[in-house]
Amino acid sequence: MVRDLGTSLLGHDLKNPVIPASGTFGFGWEFAEYYDIDILGSMSLKGTTAEARYGNPLPRIAECTAGLINAIGLQNPGVKAVIEEEIPRLSRVYHDKVIANVGGHSVEEYVMTASAFNTCDKVFAVELNISCPNVKGGGMAFGTDPEIAKNLVYEVKKSVTKPLIVKLSPNVTSIADMARAVADGGADAVSLINTLVGMRIDLRTRKPVISVRTGGFSGPAVFPVAVRMVSEVARAVSLPVVGIGGVSSARDVIEMMMAGACAVQVGAANLVDPFACKRIIEELPSVMEELNINSLKEIIGVANA
Amino acid sequence: MRQQTLTLLSCRSLNASVYELILAGAEEMRAGQFVELSVPGFYLRRPISVADSEEGRLTLLVKEVGEGTKKLCTLQEGARLDVLTSLGRGFDLSARSPLLVGGGIGCAPLYKLAKDFVAAGVRPRAVLGFRNAEEIYYAEEFARYCDVTVATDDGSRGVKGNAVSVAEGIPHDRFYACGPQIMLRAAAQKLGEGEVSLEARMGCGFGACMGCSIVTVNGYARVCKEGPVFDAKEVVW
Repeated sequence: MVRDLGTSLLGHDLKNPVIPASGTFGFGWEFAEYYDIDILGSMSLKGTTAEARYGNPLPRIAECTAGLINAIGLQNPGVKAVIEEEIPRLSRVYHDKVIANVGGHSVEEYVMTASAFNTCDKVFAVELNISCPNVKGGGMAFGTDPEIAKNLVYEVKKSVTKPLIVKLSPNVTSIADMARAVADGGADAVSLINTLVGMRIDLRTRKPVISVRTGGFSGPAVFPVAVRMVSEVARAVSLPVVGIGGVSSARDVIEMMMAGACAVQVGAANLVDPFACKRIIEELPSVMEELNINSLKEIIGVANA
Repeated sequence: MRQQTLTLLSCRSLNASVYELILAGAEEMRAGQFVELSVPGFYLRRPISVADSEEGRLTLLVKEVGEGTKKLCTLQEGARLDVLTSLGRGFDLSARSPLLVGGGIGCAPLYKLAKDFVAAGVRPRAVLGFRNAEEIYYAEEFARYCDVTVATDDGSRGVKGNAVSVAEGIPHDRFYACGPQIMLRAAAQKLGEGEVSLEARMGCGFGACMGCSIVTVNGYARVCKEGPVFDAKEVVW
């Protein structure tokens, strides 16, 4: 029988739940050279700020067991170039709508960048990155203090017309409290988890591997943490949840959905296997068959009862 | 870029830390391009420059710098490796009197370049720089395709001095350098027109993560995608 891979997020139908995570797929169009990216459920574009940013000095990458640390620092060409150059380029090779991911240093910057997508038809939702651990003086404070997070979401909602997904940080005592706070602020959905703050030391030089000392840890090693947090958040709020964190296979996608995710983002896996999302989508029907799942929609949150 | 499964034909030690790996089943690649190898037990792939690529045989010269490359250099013949091939932009072979300047493991990608120049009817000159005689590798192989000058920092073999200072005395219309950053910067300042092949810690190796971005006079560029070969004048040193 035909297995139904479809799901929906914020009223937008996705042909499958697999979405490349922000920062691991560029602005998408470059991947069209490698395979037909129209198979993807959607994509979350590279984190965008008001102005162009170079990001952090090199090295920005450190390897870990079953994962990596990155400290890119939100390198991006700025929101104007994203809307005028990157998204039109993507539209030629990807025909579904996408998620714009927005970073910032101040409430004003978040508002300005997020609202710039109001008139961009290609974007069906804005994902607010309030949890980037790699940008000094920004991002992280918004993601770790419930009151600050709530206020930011409230201010952004006033001027943004697209549905708002708030991307949560795992670097908090209670991610459920953070989810409740952003729900109070007016978030339409939450996505989690962003990376865990980590650090590696070069034993020969006796210095941190990453130029800015610490970075965000992701990869298969964080998957169990992500599943736990997705489940906690799904039980704490009634908003749609997008599951992120170490997803590398069709089985991982199904586990995330059972924990309460209505869609799933794939991040680190794209960096070690450029065909990861394609492989996962192709694997899904046979894994669903094995597990007696007719439709992915029917398993969302089944483990939370 | 292609994802290929390659078979390790041989792995031999060239000196205390450099190994020559020959793999079968690879598509033909350009001089200056690189591959990303998946090493069993390690999460990130390892970017390694193409030392030679001919008739499906891929030669890699690998320096043991950490646990991942150590594992790579101890793989048994017949091992099957998951490899992303044909990554990055290669060298431009427009020189009529090319000078290849290598430092340490940076000599590796210049070998294929030397062969390609010879195939195009141009015999290049090369300066291969090493810290000492023990670290020299592939000097005889290079000598088949170019006029080689070996330089060592301590003078234990060849000319005493660094590769760039030796290269300054050799006539050329364009240089092609690969080696430590400090050597490449000196080459860009002293050797006129030329190209440099840069190294960086990479996340993906195919342009997705921005883990290896550098600043150039034309804006930001990814070592893995717009590079690893850059015009020497383009790089902001």
